[in-house]
Amino acid sequence: MATFDDPFDSSRTLTRRGCSCGRHASQADHDAAAAGEEARLTRVVEGAVMRALFPNDATRRAFLRAVGTSTAAAAVASVLPLGLVTEAFAATGPLEKTDLKVGFIPITCATPIIMAHPMGFYAKQKLNVEVVKTAGWAVIRDKTLNAEYDAAHMLSPMPLAITLGAGSNPIPYTMPAVENVNGQAITLAMKHKDRRDPKDWKGFKFAVPFDYSMHNYLLRYYLAEAGLDPDTDVQIRAVPPPEMVANLRADNLDGFLAPDPVNQRAVYDGVGFIHTLSKEIWDRHPCCAFAASEKFVTEMPNTYAALLRAIMESTAYATRPENRKEIAAAIAPANYLNQPVTVVEQVLTGTFADGLGNVKRVPDRIDFDPFPWESFAVWILTQMKRWGQIKGDVDYAGVARKVFLATDAARLMQEAGLTPPQATSKSFSVMGKPFDPADPEGYIASFAIKRT
Amino acid sequence: MTGSLTLRAGLLSCILLTAFLVVWHLATRGAGVAVEMDPEYAALMGATATQGVSAMPGPLEVGATLWRHLRDPFYVNGTNDMGVGIQIAYSIARVGIGYLLAVAVAVPVGFLIGMSPLMSRALDPFIQVMKPISPLAWMPLALYTIKDSGLSAIFVIFICSLWPMLVNTAFGVASVRKEWLNVARTLEVGPLRRAFLVILPAAAPTILTGMRISIGIAWLVIVAAEMLVGGTGIGYFVWNEWNNLSITNVITAILVIGVIGMILDQMLARLARLVTFPE
Repeated sequence: MATFDDPFDSSRTLTRRGCSCGRHASQADHDAAAAGEEARLTRVVEGAVMRALFPNDATRRAFLRAVGTSTAAAAVASVLPLGLVTEAFAATGPLEKTDLKVGFIPITCATPIIMAHPMGFYAKQKLNVEVVKTAGWAVIRDKTLNAEYDAAHMLSPMPLAITLGAGSNPIPYTMPAVENVNGQAITLAMKHKDRRDPKDWKGFKFAVPFDYSMHNYLLRYYLAEAGLDPDTDVQIRAVPPPEMVANLRADNLDGFLAPDPVNQRAVYDGVGFIHTLSKEIWDRHPCCAFAASEKFVTEMPNTYAALLRAIMESTAYATRPENRKEIAAAIAPANYLNQPVTVVEQVLTGTFADGLGNVKRVPDRIDFDPFPWESFAVWILTQMKRWGQIKGDVDYAGVARKVFLATDAARLMQEAGLTPPQATSKSFSVMGKPFDPADPEGYIASFAIKRT
Repeated sequence: MTGSLTLRAGLLSCILLTAFLVVWHLATRGAGVAVEMDPEYAALMGATATQGVSAMPGPLEVGATLWRHLRDPFYVNGTNDMGVGIQIAYSIARVGIGYLLAVAVAVPVGFLIGMSPLMSRALDPFIQVMKPISPLAWMPLALYTIKDSGLSAIFVIFICSLWPMLVNTAFGVASVRKEWLNVARTLEVGPLRRAFLVILPAAAPTILTGMRISIGIAWLVIVAAEMLVGGTGIGYFVWNEWNNLSITNVITAILVIGVIGMILDQMLARLARLVTFPE
């Protein structure tokens, strides 16, 4: 189920995999067309509350089936004042600051953050946001830590790494919203078009955008599943996305697991082909995130809430497939992504050239879904541990809750006198292997190739 | 004879330029072999892949792009898209501030080192260690401590222009001819007057040479620094166009960077000519 769906509908599943049935896109369509912003806001909060009450989806559905939707809604409303929660989320106190700077990296993952500028989502919240294009992840991290940026587009593992002090000094960081799910791909150089089996990739030189990125963890996972040790059998380097295509053309790289539009750009220029979309590795995996320092969140709660509302609205708009062409045209110019419109359009609409002469149609090649599931964070932490980026004992659930669940759903529920959800975890599968967020150590132990 | 030499040199330059442009034009002329493709697929692909057009632009394209940029150098299409004139103004402002700060530090300290053998010996190890450090290596440290990317860029310019000026000033001051100093001493000139009326004019050509080297280095470094921090400046422009794999725009920017660098260098060369004296 997507965040903007009705949680009181027993025919729907609350888990993210619901869309694999193919109904998600058209349903989101349908709902979003009918529902105004107010209703959508209510949905987000209701969804969070229902998830809190029924961590187990089967229980929720059984409950709804047993008593009926309207009874269920009334019963829940009697104990939990949903209206109050929604109001708290929608309430606008005086903004502490209206001129904000938000940093982004020019990739399609940042779509909600970027498009909110040309399409007026920030302005609607009475915020004067300057979206600043930034050269690399390390710079965006430093500029956010410097408070030059009020909030920024980050890779979802980065707030975790910053909070843990891996690769930087520990600074409390929050990630109130995921930006996109899926939307990455493994691209290989044209000369490898007959070597599609990862078992043949020994000695390849790969690039990922950053060490603390989903790209790194997904590529390592993918290679390890094929029996290759990502540290010894291949070389994985951190290369900023803009340099990837140039390096692929220059034969410095054999391939990369990169964010779009880099993959599509490699195809567009005839340099590489798309080997596999990241959704084939883990469908609806999180990728990039909207992150802010804990200081900004606590010192300027109203500004922060308004900013987050703008991002939520923008994300909701981006979820609807019929808006994607308009969005592509809005974010392609030099001020934002600086890419040919057709490249961005192929990424967002999912109708794309794969570089081998085929036109593929994958509507959920990239999707946008803001809810930061805690179990995503736990998975990321297991991979950090698996590849030796963090050592020793890790308080998986604690860190995950602190960073991912220090979110508005929880904060605003607390303000309304409610107990925040104990577990907003869900299990999912990566390359067919189920992940149980309750047993991270067991999960790490189950891998043959690891650095622990 | 010199007139004809200048003329001949100019003629040769023109011939070399023309030859270069012709070779460039011929080398980048599109192979023009259109690949057979499904039209739906071809619509999704770029010209490099479908028509075999070289990714390297020819001189005509670069000329057209250059003209387009020069015709409207001061447009502002938002935070991340501004005209090339504005970008250059940002870069020159950063270089100017960092460079002037370096002058303000390097010349007095250089004087001190040049006039005092003790200070010269004492500071020498530090200078020798600091001098060869690539200015960009300071960038992460600067970002971390100064906590402002604009100031960090200025700091990097400051640190890279400091050393050539410092070393040259010290050398110039130390190698003022002994006779002149002795004459000054015989005439009982005070130390301050001696510094300003004897040593400064004598060392000025060397100091100016150091300043000329420094401005060259500062202009080299600003491009790299701006590529790193982003935001504004000609370096950011190059990075942004690289991001778009637009070689045409990158070449245009390279030409502009070269011309500005030459102008800065010539300005200091003029200044140096003003203070040189025949011996």
